[in-house]
Amino acid sequence: MERIIASQPETQEYFINMGPQHPSTHGVLRLVLTLDGEIIKKVEPHIGYIHRSIEKMCEHDSYQQIVHLTDRMDYLSCHINNEAVCLAVENALQLEVPERVKVIRTIIAELQRLSSHQLWWGVMGMDLGAITTFLYGFRDREMITDIFEETCGARLTMNYNVPGGLMFDIHPNFQRRTKEFVKHFKKKLPEYDDLLSNNIIFRQRTIGIGRLSKEDAISYGVTGPTARASGFSCDVRKHHPYSAYPKVQFKEILRTEGDCFARYQCRMDEMRESLSIIEQLIDNIPEGPYKVPTKAVIKLPKGEWYQRVETARGEFGVYIISDGQRSPYRLKFRSPGFSNLSALDHMARGCKIADLIAIMSTIDLVIPDIDR
Amino acid sequence: MNTLYDFSKLTGAIHHWLSARFSEHTVNLIEFTLAGVSIMIFFGILGLVLVYVERKVSAFIQLRLGPMRVGKWGTAQTIADVIKLLFKEPLINKDADRLLFNLAPYILMTAAFMAMTAVPFAPGLQAFDPDIGLLFVSAVSSLGVIGILLAGWSSNNKYALIGAMRAGAQIISYELSVALSLLTIVVLTGSLQLSTIIESQRDGWWIFKGHLPAWIAFLIFLIAGTAETNRGPFDLAEAESELTAGFHTEYSGLKFAFFFLAEFANMFIVCAIGATVFFGGWMPLHIGPWHGFNAVMDFIPPVVWFFGKVAVLIFVMMWFRWTFPRLRIDQLLRLEWKYLLPVNLMNILFMAFIAMMGWHF
Repeated sequence: MERIIASQPETQEYFINMGPQHPSTHGVLRLVLTLDGEIIKKVEPHIGYIHRSIEKMCEHDSYQQIVHLTDRMDYLSCHINNEAVCLAVENALQLEVPERVKVIRTIIAELQRLSSHQLWWGVMGMDLGAITTFLYGFRDREMITDIFEETCGARLTMNYNVPGGLMFDIHPNFQRRTKEFVKHFKKKLPEYDDLLSNNIIFRQRTIGIGRLSKEDAISYGVTGPTARASGFSCDVRKHHPYSAYPKVQFKEILRTEGDCFARYQCRMDEMRESLSIIEQLIDNIPEGPYKVPTKAVIKLPKGEWYQRVETARGEFGVYIISDGQRSPYRLKFRSPGFSNLSALDHMARGCKIADLIAIMSTIDLVIPDIDR
Repeated sequence: MNTLYDFSKLTGAIHHWLSARFSEHTVNLIEFTLAGVSIMIFFGILGLVLVYVERKVSAFIQLRLGPMRVGKWGTAQTIADVIKLLFKEPLINKDADRLLFNLAPYILMTAAFMAMTAVPFAPGLQAFDPDIGLLFVSAVSSLGVIGILLAGWSSNNKYALIGAMRAGAQIISYELSVALSLLTIVVLTGSLQLSTIIESQRDGWWIFKGHLPAWIAFLIFLIAGTAETNRGPFDLAEAESELTAGFHTEYSGLKFAFFFLAEFANMFIVCAIGATVFFGGWMPLHIGPWHGFNAVMDFIPPVVWFFGKVAVLIFVMMWFRWTFPRLRIDQLLRLEWKYLLPVNLMNILFMAFIAMMGWHF
């Protein structure tokens, strides 16, 4: 017996470089994993592979130009990012945008959230090995991108908001097609549940995996569905309502488990809430101008402004310091992905490699959002 | 007696023709070569067809069209892919163990190839029919894991190594369930010889004659067989979202194609053995005393029966792969050791009891 114990092979921790080229880091994120067999001892995210110094570029651009740079950050919530900059500028100029603009912005933001969550759902399945979900997610997302394309000409980086309103009015088909989509997607959501939520393998892979307590979520600055799954009420749409959110009825989805399945369920329920928000607004778009005229060169008064919005991934903030010139003195983005990624190491310690993939997909990372 | 489509006439004629001209040893040599070459050709065609089928089935499940451009309905797509793979540079890692690295795909291929020899395609169309047929098939097909382990080890890549270790643990565990679920039917047949097993199903397939335990055994066989061939939802050895491509991460060109081909060949073998043991192999659907019905069924050639059954099983396995998420390694082993294996052992006892009481048909 002693000899057996003595002859136990020596084990050694080792490193794995996951990324920057890896199928499930969804972009150029590099994770250095310290492993003991398959068990993760440490995760070190190395970021910066897609850093484009957007914040620095903003210091040389006019405010209208800054709006379209935010498309390139979290490209899955580009409309919401645009909205944040526009709201900040409108606040600074004390512009009151028409009701019509507010409602359209909100509808498109919710469509955007839906399309982002659909893509996340598809990718989540794919990360866990069910490749088919990816195509199902894209099938429904396609309808939303078609609506966007018709209204603003672009499918992904929309750049539909401008300070003071919208770039164009909505397309005449917008309301009809959005209603068609809502009807279609309500039928498809149970299919999503059949494929993943009620699948026993999926439940085993996610329930109890990657727990994040409420305290940890707060201390890591985690926001969005990732934090709400841990019970941290942080929905900007509820706490600091903007645009048409004060007018609509919706629930803030909160869960307490804080594991991968809670994060999954949180996003699934958010999709239902988004559908209900769209339904409340789509028939009540007020008539009126789609834009208030602004000067060709916008100069903000001296001062500092902060605007937060709720993107599909969490709280997105724009902090503008202006010295009265045509471009900001300094501009800082608070991106949700960056803070959410910081909790990855905490969640993944002690899990297996396969669990790390599940955790990463439930955080729903978009790498350009982290690197900026 | 099913004499309508018997291949032993053809093989007998060849044997006669050769015996009249050559000495006994030469005849043996020529016959071995003929059998080997025809299985090799079948192996190649099988790979081409199955890759195409897999792509079309996955496309069907995923609301796509699949390959459509090369040839009519994309039928020549696999041939184009093979040509591409042939011309690709076979890269070898700097610090890889070159001998083992090059050897690994051949071991995998050889194991699949040897198992293929024992598959009974039709009456008289079976290259090798030992009286321990089932044992031979399961023993030989589990040799393939050595190829996977070598591939992972020699690649000098941590992803490949993790994939190979997972594959080792997985295949060795699930080998038990495959063998035991087949043994459940052997209790009824009393023989391991594949031709005898088929003959014993002349008045009905074992899945119908064997009551509940046969169904349980078949389900376990289907799960364990999918796991043994490293296909989704048990494709942990490849696990592209975790390990990029698992044990064959470093392989390119033709050697990668060999891994690919061996995977499809293994899938075919598992389905063929499942069809043989549970669904009567090439035996047409016979229902005990319904002689008229049986005679009508006999008119459908056994080859069609065999490939029809195998095709259905292969479709089910593809359906699995394109529907389910992947298990985690500990869940995979838990499923085998805590659930499948005990159920399987109880099932054999159950089946033995039924056989002893003579309750089966």
